[in-house]
Amino acid sequence: MDSNVSKQTTIRLSVGGMSCAGCVAAVEDTLKTVPGVAEARVNFAEHTAEVSGSMAAEALIGAVVAAGYEAAELKGSDEEAEQKEAAELVYYRQLLKKSMAAAVVGVPLFLMGLLGAMPGMSGGGRLFWLLVAVLSLFVLVYSGGRFFSGAWKSFKNHNANMDTLIALGTGTAWGYSLLITLLPDLVPEQARHVYFEAAAIIIALINFGSALEMRARGKTSEAIKRLIGLQAKTARVVRNGQELDVPIEQVGLGETLRLRPGEKIAVDGVIIEGHTSVDEAMLTGEPMPVEKQMADELVAGTINKSGTVLFRATRIGKDTALARIIEMVRQAQNSKPAIGRLADRIAAVFVPIVLIIAVLTFLAWFNFGPEPRAAYVLVTTMTVLIIACPCALGLATPISIMVGVGKAAEFGVLVRNGEALQRAGQLTTVVLDKTGTVTEGRPAVTELIAIDGDEQGLLSVAASLEAGSEHPLAEAIVTGAKQRNLELAKVQNFTAIAGQGVQGDVAGQRLLLGNQKLMADMQIDISAYLDQVQHLARQGQTPMFVAVDGRYRGIVAVADPIKPDSKQAIERLHQAGLRVVMLTGDNRATAEAVARQVGVDEVLAEVLPGDKAGKVAGLQAHGEVVAMVGDGINDAPALARADVGFAIGSGTDVAIESADVTLMRGSLHGVADAIAVSKATVRNIKQNLFGAFVYNSLGIPVAAGLLFPFTGMLLNPVIAGAAMAMSSVTVVSNANRLRWFKPQDKR
Amino acid sequence: MDGLINLLALALIGFIVWWFWLAKSREVQVAQKSIDVIVDGGVYEPSIIEVSRGEMITLNFIRRDASPCAEQVVFAELGVSAELPLEGSKKIELRLENEGEFGFSCQMGMYRGKLIVK
Repeated sequence: MDSNVSKQTTIRLSVGGMSCAGCVAAVEDTLKTVPGVAEARVNFAEHTAEVSGSMAAEALIGAVVAAGYEAAELKGSDEEAEQKEAAELVYYRQLLKKSMAAAVVGVPLFLMGLLGAMPGMSGGGRLFWLLVAVLSLFVLVYSGGRFFSGAWKSFKNHNANMDTLIALGTGTAWGYSLLITLLPDLVPEQARHVYFEAAAIIIALINFGSALEMRARGKTSEAIKRLIGLQAKTARVVRNGQELDVPIEQVGLGETLRLRPGEKIAVDGVIIEGHTSVDEAMLTGEPMPVEKQMADELVAGTINKSGTVLFRATRIGKDTALARIIEMVRQAQNSKPAIGRLADRIAAVFVPIVLIIAVLTFLAWFNFGPEPRAAYVLVTTMTVLIIACPCALGLATPISIMVGVGKAAEFGVLVRNGEALQRAGQLTTVVLDKTGTVTEGRPAVTELIAIDGDEQGLLSVAASLEAGSEHPLAEAIVTGAKQRNLELAKVQNFTAIAGQGVQGDVAGQRLLLGNQKLMADMQIDISAYLDQVQHLARQGQTPMFVAVDGRYRGIVAVADPIKPDSKQAIERLHQAGLRVVMLTGDNRATAEAVARQVGVDEVLAEVLPGDKAGKVAGLQAHGEVVAMVGDGINDAPALARADVGFAIGSGTDVAIESADVTLMRGSLHGVADAIAVSKATVRNIKQNLFGAFVYNSLGIPVAAGLLFPFTGMLLNPVIAGAAMAMSSVTVVSNANRLRWFKPQDKR
Repeated sequence: MDGLINLLALALIGFIVWWFWLAKSREVQVAQKSIDVIVDGGVYEPSIIEVSRGEMITLNFIRRDASPCAEQVVFAELGVSAELPLEGSKKIELRLENEGEFGFSCQMGMYRGKLIVK
């Protein structure tokens, strides 16, 4: 693509808020005022604008929004992925073709050498070698041209890379061999060995290695491909009372869409008619479908199960939750944790250092090597250049991070960056906020004790009384009655008694509902039931007494239920060697009751919201590496203070920008999963770094001939080429093993 | 003759040290608002870009280099990265509030460039 051409782009926007044809002209005029816009056309029916020129989409969106409309860029990441794959396939085939061409020249010569069938440098033999020189020059230009042009460009930029090493290694071999062919008398007879075949085979091997690496690298981004694959291609929009299927890029903001059973949700939206259940497992990892009704949000990429609904598009294109998740995973995949920094620093100076080692090798063999010196000098210098592989070092960390971050996303765990992924594996303490993290965060009726055995009747009168109250516990009682399909009677003379409870008249009876103090103040005798009360409190339940016309009638106990898998997830954290602390603003008795049931090691109760960060800091001061798990909004300061902050979400309605790690569903298993993936990834990085360091620090001295004084053997440059080609492939393949990783003890 | 070759080899080491580490590229491109950066043959062109502090700058990366190494551009200190489509372009918008030098590179750190914020 020409750089001048690239500036001329066409951008499609979805424009919301256009109510009449007059708006079309207004939006078009607005777009034309943006610098660089050559042409702007607005399609009122589709609520889209097509703008060509040399401008950025953001500038267009800004102008349209400033004019009082809504706008978003229409762009399918699906399309981009397909283009990328097609371009990569072409390149992959080219690499194989180039490798094959080089092998066709190099392998027969190599075999001839093995069989001792190489002609000498006299008479017809010389002509043969001249022909081989031309053929191998063709190989260097056709199959290896990119190494030479890349090396030259890098050199001009005061830079050196892999291309530099390959070009110097193979170029030296070819140049020396040509010199021998043209002027054999320059060197002693025993040094008249040519290396055309080595140059050709090395080029073949490196191209082949690049092709394999490309294939393997393609697999490392499978997680992103899977997320992109969740995107629907078409949507059924309702326009002018008619339903029509349109490509997803043509869905505009605020448009009404029809969603039928089994369909993928195309864009984010809000239900305006009907109810259904939605499978969100692909984004959250939550296996149970989620019930959705009027005003509930739908998330692009999830699948509608049973009902038919109408919904209004609220976010499209790159603004959908799915698109933002994809972007976040992409960014995280490219971020580097501390563990990779040393390798990065070495990789940055690696090639010039190898060049210096190559010159030192040359000097050593030139001054101290046996005859034929020229041949030894060439073989060792060339082999040093060829075997050194900065790519393996440079790839070791990022390629594992890429797979690890993608793997975490598969479990509904979004990791902000590589640093967070690395730190998650070093944690010693996990602090869990109680409400909404360990528990559901929604109080519910957990126990009913009626002295006459009529539990439904007890709940019915309690709910009737509480219907007018806004207290969270009242809401739990009313919801409990509704869930049991109980009818509520009208309440009269309702009064709330601060800190004690409520009273009112229901169906001609005087009702009281409240705590022990309320009963005492109203002189209602509950002494016979205090054992039951203590028992309930020990279980973390809040008992409320009900009295009818001055007589005790029973107890309604309310509690914030513990999430069904909290205990199991905490067990997993213990198995991973972590201390688990629960933090809550609740009273100690309730907190300890919950703590006992889920098995945490320590409880910090009655902590004011503003003090949570301080408690985390206190643990850190004792040398603990602390994770804080909370809701991401109320617990934001504590999440920020912790070494790793986990925002726990319900469904996809989470602030994904607020924490180091975002758990897409409400289960604590996500914390254990994140820690397990982190440990596996860091282990994988260490294997890669170890392999790359060992490979280079053993390979280079051996190539330089360090073993020659002891064994009389030198490394064949062709073997060095094969080792180099395979070193990057090995690193990428090892990182790919992470794709099969499954956290231990997973549900 | 041997002495001369030894001297030349030592001079070559001196040249490598000077060229790759001590000598700095003088080709600094000053960017106003937007600049095209071509990714080809293992390098970014231009590789040293001077930008003004506090101003929005659009770096339009145009990738012609098919090597998988060229696939990503990473601004490690800025926490920004992007996938570069082959034979396509990718715009990265940045507003840098602090003066200094911020490197960018491929995933492996072989392709290198830097932004100089003044």
